[in-house]
Amino acid sequence: MATVQVSEAEKVYILHGIRDDLRVDGRGCEDYRHMEIETDVVSNTDGSAKVTLGHTAVLVGIKAEIGKPRPTVPNEGYLEFFVDCSANATPEFEGRGGEGLGTELSNTLYKVFNNKHSVDLKSLSICAGEHCWVLYVDVLLLQCDGNLYDAISVAIKAALFNTKIPRVHISTDEEGGKEIELSDDPYDCMRLNVENVPCIVTLCKVGHRHVVDATLQEKACSVASLIISVTHKGTVTCTRKVGGGSLDPESIFEMTEAGKRVGKALHAPLMKLLQQEERLGKKKQKVGFLG
Amino acid sequence: MAGLELLSDQGYRLDGRKATELRKVQARMGVFAQADGSAYLEQGNTKALAVVYGPHEMRGSRGRTLHDRALINCQYSMATFSTAERKRRPHGDRKSTEMSLHLKQTFEAAVMTQLYPRSQIDIYVKILQSDGGNYSTCVNAATLAVIDAGIPMRDYVCACTVGFVDETPLADLCYAEESGGVSSLALALLPRGGQIALLQMDARLHQDHLETLIEAAMTACKGVSKVLDEVVRQHLQEGSVLTGE
Repeated sequence: MATVQVSEAEKVYILHGIRDDLRVDGRGCEDYRHMEIETDVVSNTDGSAKVTLGHTAVLVGIKAEIGKPRPTVPNEGYLEFFVDCSANATPEFEGRGGEGLGTELSNTLYKVFNNKHSVDLKSLSICAGEHCWVLYVDVLLLQCDGNLYDAISVAIKAALFNTKIPRVHISTDEEGGKEIELSDDPYDCMRLNVENVPCIVTLCKVGHRHVVDATLQEKACSVASLIISVTHKGTVTCTRKVGGGSLDPESIFEMTEAGKRVGKALHAPLMKLLQQEERLGKKKQKVGFLG
Repeated sequence: MAGLELLSDQGYRLDGRKATELRKVQARMGVFAQADGSAYLEQGNTKALAVVYGPHEMRGSRGRTLHDRALINCQYSMATFSTAERKRRPHGDRKSTEMSLHLKQTFEAAVMTQLYPRSQIDIYVKILQSDGGNYSTCVNAATLAVIDAGIPMRDYVCACTVGFVDETPLADLCYAEESGGVSSLALALLPRGGQIALLQMDARLHQDHLETLIEAAMTACKGVSKVLDEVVRQHLQEGSVLTGE
């Protein structure tokens, strides 16, 4: 992870501030930084989204390809995650430097989405046992300023909402083999229901309190963090403790409750914004990185 | 035979451009606050993001330190969703390594490295969407990023890919034209002095046509340099308005 050097005096300053519910940039302990989301940024993909959370910038592109379903679940499609920590974020990620962090992030994403309810995988099936849609979710990390999990999960939710999977018509040809035809009409597509897609909330334990959406400086002062993925109903799909320090069970319970509360409150405004953007349709101004 | 579709009898290409017309270039400098210099450039449907770190102390092998000038380190990578077919590895394959070396060669010719001995300048370019002319878009974006980082250069570095079809040079090829079997030439130019920083062609071309092709490439690069100059001046103007000068 891109690290920043923090002096002892600065650590004490941050610690005391958080103790009094006042962080360095004036936020409360459970406030997020300014978040900007834009969908449909890359036209090559079936769905894409760009999220900027403070200085953290993440770009997610989703490509849908036809593949063979997994043998254990023949009537479902599946998602494949790949996180690319690019050298843009920090020179330490050059070459293979970013692979460690990338693998860790993608493994966590697999765990978060490894349940029946997040994405309706049955709708991704074309022909049970033979063909299904495979969604390749590619995350590109452009700038690193703490709180990668949250930004990535919001971007994935926005990109899945934006994904347009072309409709498939299966026809049988003369020998009895199946032929798959993709619809040519770009508007004839299937959209995914992202109601149950979870959002990840990272809580860092700084001193005796926990903070949501920690910057790199706050992360340097924290002993350990808890990652919780929460759906809009408040269901937790994955919990993970990261970091070198140890947490006692009471703080884990407290942090879980806080995480559920914060995570639940994140979904409603997010869905509202996404639907608002969708309704703009053709009138939407494509900003991307040019704005 | 491929030339029949790529250039119609009326002189229009696949996307409606004329033979010497460039694609629309849009750019923005200072996209990321954390890097020393950054720029985003779109050339038609090809989008590239360039980030510059440096000049800073040598990272990694100290043995590569140059005693009299700065070392330029480039990395070219493509986003996995940038191409029509999903790319499995963003970088590390032979094509990306070759492109990184070309970028290094190009910028060593332009950046005044002798001002920063024993240091390193990192240039990282990422292709977000690929539609032909990847190398040229990278070079153009990286030029803006180096300028944004405040690293002195001898001149802008502008690049363009040109192809030869039906006795006519086509400027700024898109993906369909590049893969349509056209002999393509990539040229990186320092426009003011007319100096060529990089010239690459790996197709068959008759010797007589080479001069015309290079001429067309140089004209196209000069066109790009005008656009880049506009972008830099705009950026500086916005910056000075904000600081109240």
